[in-house]
Amino acid sequence: MKRPVIGQSVVQAGLFLLLLLAVPAALPNEYYLSICILGSLNAVIAVGLNLLMGYAGQVSLGHAAFYGLGAYATAIATTRFGLPIPVGMAAGVTLAAAVAWIVAAPTLRLKGNYLAMATLGFGIIISIVFNEAVDLTGGPSGYVGIPRLALFGYTFESDRSYYTLMAVVLALVVLVALHLMKSRTGRALRALHVSEKAASSLGIDIAAHKRFVFVLSAALAGLAGVLYAHYLSFIAPASFGFSFSVQLVVMVVLGGMASVWGSVAGAFFLTALPEALREFEDIDILVYGAILVLTIMFLPDGLAGGLKRLGRKLRRVGVDHAG
Amino acid sequence: MFAGAPQYIVSGLTQGAAYGLIGLGFTMIFNTTGIINFAQGEFVMLGGMLSVCLSVAGLPLPLAIVAACLATAVIGGLMERLAIRPLAGAPPVNAVIITIGVSILLRGGAMLAFGKDTLALPAFSGVKPILAFGAAIQPQSLWVLAVTLALLAALKLFFTATIQGKAMLACACQKKAASLVGISVARMALLSFAISGLIGATAGAILAPITMTAYDVGMMLGLKGFAACILGGLGNPFGAAAGGLILGILESFGAGYVSSGYKDAFAFIVLLLLLFVKPSGLFGKAGVERV
Repeated sequence: MKRPVIGQSVVQAGLFLLLLLAVPAALPNEYYLSICILGSLNAVIAVGLNLLMGYAGQVSLGHAAFYGLGAYATAIATTRFGLPIPVGMAAGVTLAAAVAWIVAAPTLRLKGNYLAMATLGFGIIISIVFNEAVDLTGGPSGYVGIPRLALFGYTFESDRSYYTLMAVVLALVVLVALHLMKSRTGRALRALHVSEKAASSLGIDIAAHKRFVFVLSAALAGLAGVLYAHYLSFIAPASFGFSFSVQLVVMVVLGGMASVWGSVAGAFFLTALPEALREFEDIDILVYGAILVLTIMFLPDGLAGGLKRLGRKLRRVGVDHAG
Repeated sequence: MFAGAPQYIVSGLTQGAAYGLIGLGFTMIFNTTGIINFAQGEFVMLGGMLSVCLSVAGLPLPLAIVAACLATAVIGGLMERLAIRPLAGAPPVNAVIITIGVSILLRGGAMLAFGKDTLALPAFSGVKPILAFGAAIQPQSLWVLAVTLALLAALKLFFTATIQGKAMLACACQKKAASLVGISVARMALLSFAISGLIGATAGAILAPITMTAYDVGMMLGLKGFAACILGGLGNPFGAAAGGLILGILESFGAGYVSSGYKDAFAFIVLLLLLFVKPSGLFGKAGVERV
């Protein structure tokens, strides 16, 4: 029974990869491609955060910190210590995961608003460190001169090649997420979301499962951070602050909680929105806020839920017409 | 080791009183609606900015401040009516995202209306410091403390002596039971947003002469207010006020003795450690989960 289910996720992720790879052909210029790269970076984090928030029901208002830890770790490892890029990347992901592993135990005991506060506080502390540890991070003005990504002797020089890489990474992340949620662990996470007491009485180790999904989502944020640093070659603490943590949560909620595809859609939507609003010049921030409020008001279950309802409605209309 | 301690206590109490007021605003809304209002910091910003602009426009200072606070109360009420009430029945996280959206709107609106400059409000009664207990106390600090105490007393009176206040307490205890005895829960939610707007704006106005104000000061002040609530135990108004004072003093000592760059981090580190030891805040009761 298991095999066809896994096969289904592989087919879905494969089709998704083809779709992503087809996108550049439809874009008028390089500028749009760079937005797509940033969109897929954000999508990697949002999918990870959704595993934590949407499936396991644990809020995090500090995920930008893990993104930043990944970015700064690889930046410092590859420039200051002159380590090879793959080593720097591994260091970035490992650092994000290790920090998550350490803070997970005391933090994930908290619930609801207290958990939100603790993750928020953690995020702010890390972002203050990025700003204040000037010797290490370059402080508020940022860290420059990070090498462009090169793997196995190939440098991802053009945006086109970087986008292809990102498409593959994102498709793999989606595959892992889809697969995970259909596995025993995924079912355990959903069970503890509904009721920790009931789940633990079924023999699910609550603390271990929460820690696992927290570390996984932090590692994905770290991975995105690493790829971000080697893409832009410049990073500054402003990209990893509280606002970005909030934006990530909005991506997940706007896309639809507990929907992997929703998070991908939410991430691309929220990355592209400010760019699309450029032409409104000064009032772009007002339009942005208004769209946010209205979307949540009229699509309470996110883009994914809205599409599902639209699909049902269309089908019903189709049936009516046929009948 | 303790050189300057009285000075740090005074500045910590001043800043902390403002955090406490902001926390109080969070608590009012949380108790009647169960929502964490991330636009609370923007109320504070509006209180400061509107006061400055109205006084620059020619209103006498006291009148400008009262008008600014009332206007913010109206904005708070409108926010509930237009953005929160239509959401009834949606999951709480949606309400939180809505308040984030509203805070972006208010911040953007303030930027367009008042510009990006940092503005200062004149101190209420001069800037000649009073020397006492080895500390130089700004008269404005006394204003902040006095206004905070007066607001706390007024709220205490409101909750214990007026029918509206008691109705609001009833909503906080048990919404269903409150509506069964004829209390309009929706009206209480509206009232709580308006009062929060009023309290937040007051905090913004009395703080503006000390810390200055700009369109983007709301976020950090809001976070500090939220931290004050959590520190004191969410839902307990006087816990929030106490939490604010503790936070202010921690910050001021952290900035004075450790490092001013890490002053914000210092307060949050202590908060995290407290949460790890006592997951429901200093004065919060441990919740009992029903299966």
